[in-house]
Amino acid sequence: MTATIPTRTVVTPARIVRNGFSRIRYEFLAYFRQGDAVFFTFLFPVVMLTIFSVAFSSSNFFGKDAAGHSVSAAAYYLPGMLAAGVLLSGLQNLAIDIAGEKSDGTLKRLAGTPLSVTSYFIGKIGRALITGVLQAALLILLARVAFGVPIPTDGAKWLTFAWVFLLGVTTCAILGIGLSALPRSGKSATAVIIPIVLVLQFISGVYLAFTNLPTWLQNVASLFPLKWLAQGMRSVFLPSTLEAAEAGGSWNLPGVAIALAIWLVVGLILARVTFRWIRKDS
Amino acid sequence: MTTTAPAVEVRDLHKNYRGVEALRGVDFDIASGETFALLGPNGAGKSTTIEILEGYRDRTSGTVSVLGVDPEHGGLDWKARLGIVLQSSGEQGAATVREQLTHFAGFYPNPRDVDEVIAAVGLEEKASSLIRKLSGGQRRRVDVALGIIGRPELLFLDEPTTGFDPEARRQFWTLIEQLKSEGTTILLTTHYLDEAAQLSDRAGIVADGRLVEIGPIDTIGGAAARVPLVRWTRDGVVHEERTERPGEFVAHLTTSGEPERLEVIRPSLEDIYLELVAK
Repeated sequence: MTATIPTRTVVTPARIVRNGFSRIRYEFLAYFRQGDAVFFTFLFPVVMLTIFSVAFSSSNFFGKDAAGHSVSAAAYYLPGMLAAGVLLSGLQNLAIDIAGEKSDGTLKRLAGTPLSVTSYFIGKIGRALITGVLQAALLILLARVAFGVPIPTDGAKWLTFAWVFLLGVTTCAILGIGLSALPRSGKSATAVIIPIVLVLQFISGVYLAFTNLPTWLQNVASLFPLKWLAQGMRSVFLPSTLEAAEAGGSWNLPGVAIALAIWLVVGLILARVTFRWIRKDS
Repeated sequence: MTTTAPAVEVRDLHKNYRGVEALRGVDFDIASGETFALLGPNGAGKSTTIEILEGYRDRTSGTVSVLGVDPEHGGLDWKARLGIVLQSSGEQGAATVREQLTHFAGFYPNPRDVDEVIAAVGLEEKASSLIRKLSGGQRRRVDVALGIIGRPELLFLDEPTTGFDPEARRQFWTLIEQLKSEGTTILLTTHYLDEAAQLSDRAGIVADGRLVEIGPIDTIGGAAARVPLVRWTRDGVVHEERTERPGEFVAHLTTSGEPERLEVIRPSLEDIYLELVAK
């Protein structure tokens, strides 16, 4: 009786990867066609860097480099804004975006196709990486060209930048996927996610010098990834004379790697447990 | 001689939502290559049934087989054989019609040609427009296009023509006839009875979580429901009479004078349907 044509294996690992790359392209195009997302996640750190650099342009309380020159506000804020950009492009953008896709029917439609969840994730993480790279390039270019911030010439510094950036974007993107389950609807997503991200930025040394915060607040911030991300970025862009001002008197790059890696694992578990194409029977 | 198993088999299907019985024992089969319409008022259980078959909802009890697979355990290879047109949704639509179809075509092993599908749903002139810029009816046509792009063996159409203008509906009917001729099995829900009559081989009528009628369109409701009705008015009173021989009846009626507002009505599918769901 069961003469129905048997189901063949058509969704092969190769197709899953190919669809993943197809998703990256599709997601990337869609991202830049949404004005509000581009502003609040892509341009926001650029705007903030400009404001801080201009507002504190005549201040000289950011320390001195080895040659005794004052560190400019732009130079001081660049690493923080790079870290914030990674958080926004990864975590904020994906959490809000996916919560929206959950409630507007996008995920339900995809759930009815042979698209693998893995391909979908490749698309989201890939988009976060590409937009993150563009954003970082824009920030560095702005700092260099408009505010004359010295850019490292040492290859080792750029190697540090590369791993901190890649690990940071991946961790934040996966945390974003996990956090997308938090808002109850696409409409409330912005209101739920942005405060979390904003508080993290204030306590993690993005807008305020980290060591000026009370110790207990520093300890709280140290539980979250952004503090480590910002610290890693400072190690790349700030002169070594400022290392002594860090908590513990060191950039502590191994600590950065460990903290981000732990959050990567937490994010993977969270995403695995919470992500569903659709909530059945909702 | 090979007997092909039904594309869809549903037996004693029950679904409860927090104690409310949405489906109370639904049975039907859809033969391979058949077009089957599921009709019924809003809230009767049509969408619940179709979403269980698509794998979107889990059933409370009963057995379901879709292309030989239990939809609760349907994997990606199974989904590659389906086409699903859901009730309309409010997606961002930040891709153009062609981008969207090209992208979705890539998910399937043997997709249809993107431009042919765009032409089949009549969106040639909108192919390069962002989906969010389209009208409701045009977006609905994109939904239909996305449902057929993967060359499905079984196509689910949940109220596909909502928001279509009459011309778009005719065009849609032509498309469905073409899919039928290619052997696609189709499960359709609609509120347009003329559409069901036009397209489907058989129909089932769902009311209050039960299948109250099932059969070929021209036998739905039974022979009695199709008996012509003669209606006339005399002395301000409306009279009705069901008869197999309306001509003879009217001839007899006129012997006692010309009746006012004389009508001979052959019940349409819509009349039969309304009668059935009212029970």
